[in-house]
Amino acid sequence: MADQTPVQTPRRSINWGAVGDHTVLILGSLFMLVPLIMVVMTTTVPDVDIIKYGPQLKIGDQFDENFKKAMFEASGFSGANTGTRMLFNSFVLGIGFALGKILIAMMAAYAIVYFRLRFATLAFWVIFTTLLLPLEVRILPSYEVVQQLGMLNTYQGLIIPLIASATATFFFRQFFRSVPEELVEAARIDGAGPVKFFIDILVPLSRTMIAAMFIIMFVFGWNQYLWPTMITTEEDMYTLVRGIKQITQTLEGTNVPEFGRANLLAVIAILPPVAVVIFFQSWFVKGLTESDK
Amino acid sequence: MKRAGFSTKWMPILLLMPQLVIIAIFFYWPAWHAIQSSFYLQDPFGFGSTFVGLENYTDLMGNSEYRRVAVFTLVFTVLVTFFSLAIALLLAVKADNVLRGARTYRTLLMWVYAVAPPVAGFIGLIMFDQSWGPLTRLAGFFGWDFVLGVNFNDTAAAMVLVSVWKQIPVNFIFFLSGLQSIPRSVREAALIDNGSATSRFWDVTFPLLAPTGFFLLIINITYALFDTFGIVDTLVKGEPGNNPMTLVYKVYVDGFRGNDLGGSSAQSVILMVLVLALTVFQFRLIDRRIHYT
Repeated sequence: MADQTPVQTPRRSINWGAVGDHTVLILGSLFMLVPLIMVVMTTTVPDVDIIKYGPQLKIGDQFDENFKKAMFEASGFSGANTGTRMLFNSFVLGIGFALGKILIAMMAAYAIVYFRLRFATLAFWVIFTTLLLPLEVRILPSYEVVQQLGMLNTYQGLIIPLIASATATFFFRQFFRSVPEELVEAARIDGAGPVKFFIDILVPLSRTMIAAMFIIMFVFGWNQYLWPTMITTEEDMYTLVRGIKQITQTLEGTNVPEFGRANLLAVIAILPPVAVVIFFQSWFVKGLTESDK
Repeated sequence: MKRAGFSTKWMPILLLMPQLVIIAIFFYWPAWHAIQSSFYLQDPFGFGSTFVGLENYTDLMGNSEYRRVAVFTLVFTVLVTFFSLAIALLLAVKADNVLRGARTYRTLLMWVYAVAPPVAGFIGLIMFDQSWGPLTRLAGFFGWDFVLGVNFNDTAAAMVLVSVWKQIPVNFIFFLSGLQSIPRSVREAALIDNGSATSRFWDVTFPLLAPTGFFLLIINITYALFDTFGIVDTLVKGEPGNNPMTLVYKVYVDGFRGNDLGGSSAQSVILMVLVLALTVFQFRLIDRRIHYT
């Protein structure tokens, strides 16, 4: 993207247009980043200072202290939801959701694109309709189903119902359709069966697509809130994002509210998905913007 | 389907099974259940239910509280969609203009994409803290006595601000990719024909961005309706009371807290119809992608 040279504007002594452009962009970046920076700063100053002066743009010395409290002290009744535990659960949800979704999506897309199947169109539409109804809309009956299956407070209950929407299937379907047909013909002439073709040719070809999907789905899974809030009632099953509710409640305490600790937990909840998005920018942008075609 | 596909019979069925089973259990079953129970009046203690036909729906239509929430949701959606699209478009046009740094600005502006909505809400709580929140102080400086969670309009303003902040990165990425995919030749021709940057934008760039814009419009409406759940829940600290709320939040409050299963299901069904209409609208627009290449 950046290596594309933009159209040159006629040279002037000072390019006021460019100055204006940068001003707007810098203001925009500040608008987006200052709240994040302030929250990070808050994790390093004593809680009393925050109550007195509010968050400031300075770095204090309380980070270690707050970090220990956030990671190893529990905020709930059972003593089970330490930061470490919630971090672990968040990773299980993020990675489990991304892998599960990619796996079933690739299998289904492969079946739809590469096989002569009488009910392929029907299967396509059955999968397609899932895009019409967000989980938020059918949240209560979904909860009842999971309850009846005895999957409350389990990782399966957390992950599998979220997988039931078909976004990834459509990315892979589009992608497989763009793979040249000669490849299948060549593979068949060489005597490769469907399994061999899938594993030896199609999966390696889809590497970038898989990576882009993994990044988007990991962030999506990690950031889930409503579903984990309903499905996990035991504190050792809380994810960081679900735990935010309880983190907020530690600010309502009678003593000095633990801003440092609460903000640190928020920062830890932000860090992994942000890191993934920043490090894998180009894949992420590719995966995101190609989804509408 | 590819012409040169495989013709094994059982293989595609096996491949499709995992996804179809998950969709059937965790999507169709709950969705059907929601439609069904919207016609019943359920005993809150679980002792059976009575068929009441459309009564749940007519009750909603006559309910002033529901109308108030619907009106708020409409205003909220319009504001969030408008501001997040407008600001993102402005930033994308500027980032596309500058010769150096487009990539840097993209990185700076992207961070917030990965922040989970409830965490964004939490940051909002910090920014609008009653005694020392920087934004509360800023409002106070202009003589605005900002009270989050008490004053209806103030809370609504905070919801809009946080939701816009959270949504800008997605729109920015799409707009920037859209802008950068406009061919060089078109830009150069426009530069020769049309001297003023403003009219160049409205006559050439804007129509070329229209398909991206329509797509983003739908994405943003869906976002404002559903994905802001976490923001709303955190900002009102889980206590709806007199605070503003969106339709989706009301489904949750009535169904999960108030145990009004029939009414909540009827609300769900209304939302389903709304999403369905949006999707159909989107597909009709994509079908005639008017100005696209």
